[in-house]
Amino acid sequence: MTKPIHREESASLDRRAMRYIREAAECGLYEIRGMGAKRAVPSFDDLVFLTASASRYPLEGYREKCISRTVLGTRYAKKPVVLEIPITIAGMSFGSLSANVKEALGRAATEVGTSTTTGDGGMTPEERQSSKTLVYQCLPSRYGFNPDDLRKADAIEMVIGQGAKPGGGGMLLGQKVSPRVAKMRTLPEGIDQRSACRHPDWTGPDDLKIKLEELREITDWQVPIYVKLGATRVREDVKLAVKAGADVVVIDGMQGGTAATQQVFIENTGIPTLAALPLAMEALEDMNVVGEVQLIISGGIRTGADVAKALALGADAVSIGQGVLVALGCNHDSYFENGRDVDATQDYAKLGTAPGFCHHCHTGQCPVGITTQDSILERRLTPEVGARRLKNYLQVLNMELTTLARACGKSNVHHLEREDLVALTVEAAAMARVPLAGTSWIPGKL
Amino acid sequence: MDTVKQFDLARLRVRDLNQYLHHELPGSGIERVEILNPDGNHSIAVGLDCDVAVDILGHAGYFIAGMNKLAAVTVHGNVGWSVAENIMSGSVRVKGHASESAGASGHGGLVVIEGDASSRCGISMKGCDIVVGGSVGHFSAFMAQAGTLVVCGDAGPNLGDSLYEATIYVRGRIHSLGADAREEEMQSADLERVSGLLAASGIDCDSREFKRVASARSLYHWNAEAHQEY
Repeated sequence: MTKPIHREESASLDRRAMRYIREAAECGLYEIRGMGAKRAVPSFDDLVFLTASASRYPLEGYREKCISRTVLGTRYAKKPVVLEIPITIAGMSFGSLSANVKEALGRAATEVGTSTTTGDGGMTPEERQSSKTLVYQCLPSRYGFNPDDLRKADAIEMVIGQGAKPGGGGMLLGQKVSPRVAKMRTLPEGIDQRSACRHPDWTGPDDLKIKLEELREITDWQVPIYVKLGATRVREDVKLAVKAGADVVVIDGMQGGTAATQQVFIENTGIPTLAALPLAMEALEDMNVVGEVQLIISGGIRTGADVAKALALGADAVSIGQGVLVALGCNHDSYFENGRDVDATQDYAKLGTAPGFCHHCHTGQCPVGITTQDSILERRLTPEVGARRLKNYLQVLNMELTTLARACGKSNVHHLEREDLVALTVEAAAMARVPLAGTSWIPGKL
Repeated sequence: MDTVKQFDLARLRVRDLNQYLHHELPGSGIERVEILNPDGNHSIAVGLDCDVAVDILGHAGYFIAGMNKLAAVTVHGNVGWSVAENIMSGSVRVKGHASESAGASGHGGLVVIEGDASSRCGISMKGCDIVVGGSVGHFSAFMAQAGTLVVCGDAGPNLGDSLYEATIYVRGRIHSLGADAREEEMQSADLERVSGLLAASGIDCDSREFKRVASARSLYHWNAEAHQEY
């Protein structure tokens, strides 16, 4: 008689954990990858709108105007940023992305009237030329950071942290440190670039205040200064950013992406975007600066519904990175070249992955030509094709946003409010500070 | 025509000064600007972009001469944090001592600290040259990418931690080297380089007394064979 085979898997030491341990034992090096957290966390999907019915009056969806104009940086800057839609493109560097992609981002953003953002590698002429409104990041590495480009910027973003890796520095593996990238960053070609997690010229919030004043002095107080934070101790961090003089605070939740970092960061640091947003709003309310200091939220924003929910919870705008890349063709099974679709599945397989699962941005071997510096691969996405796809995506997001706003009876997307939302789960209700659907109960609120 | 202009920060704001330096000064024929009563103010003479001499007559605060291009700025006193941060060209001279992060992430030009510089002097530097007449504090030239740091006195702990291609020369005692930094033999090119920078700085030292510190380049690459599957 054969013995029965026992297949009782351990909940704590499951196959995934065992695979992790074996790989660590084999390689002696932690895993590095791109994109954002893959674990399920409470999100905007867990909220729904209470659109108009008898007690609320909706606007006519196809005829009545719904304004999405957004103004950022009204606190100190002589020239605030004025956008047609409250959906901005997050900072992603030339180096992590190809020059074609950077140009595509600028073109699409310009067409729909929004901003794009540089990244950890400086400003390229292509993106400046293609972007009507360009936010110039000031990062700890200061790669390529210079006063000429600073003065060309429409806004400055002081990056303190990123949702995918709050507390960690940047990373660009050698495959992507091409001659042009190396020159822009003053690095030897082909090295595995690990950049600093702390700024070189200031440390605490008191210094930050003086640093922001220096940047304002250099730019003659013309343009707004954003302060970007990875979502950890959000309430305290937002207050410090406001105290330091931020015109705009950007909060990047844990679902935010990266071109490369340690997996342990991506899955185990920071808090969900849904939890971060209400904390940031409470900090602004405590400081009595709602409306004076604008709030941008990012990290896992994908749809017009996500945008609408973020605005209803108090954000002035959202910022999108990974969604933008997917719109360009990230994780798609084919790319468009020489007038036809070309199958890319074999190239995914070479990386040990498949369309829909790829997070191999760090390798520089992006099968669809987005996160690469390879001269052959980057031809797989031209600025024209990329800009068209991204413009369509951003347009759809804004159409969905205004559709929901009208259905809630709002003639301006910024009039969406917390009262328009309920939560489908207890966790989401507690994080978003909105009632659990069908009840008046907000967990944690007396 | 008078080619010297005085600015008294006891009566005018730093903002007024910087606006003047950015907009009215270029092409005005003024060759030298004297700044009176700096009194520890921050961000004095930042973002300059013209060939002019600026003398700050007293002690000054943080970020003095930040992001300087072309101008020759001299501080006749001590300075706070991050003097000449991100300098692109020109020169910045401090007659006294400098606090932390002097010359941080400087891309070009010359920074001279005649006294001591505190910790992280030359952090993240990207091509500028820094000459310190006295000593530097811990983690100086941390992650320095390009350029030269010359220290005529001693260097504190973890000098040159995670260095890239910048080179450090130290005349006195090195408390300790940081990760991936190593002492190397001085070659004739090093002697010439140090002599040239000392001459440009007006500091009288013998280049043969200096030690060279550079990157061992052992941190340039991760294990490329690492399995990257999710």
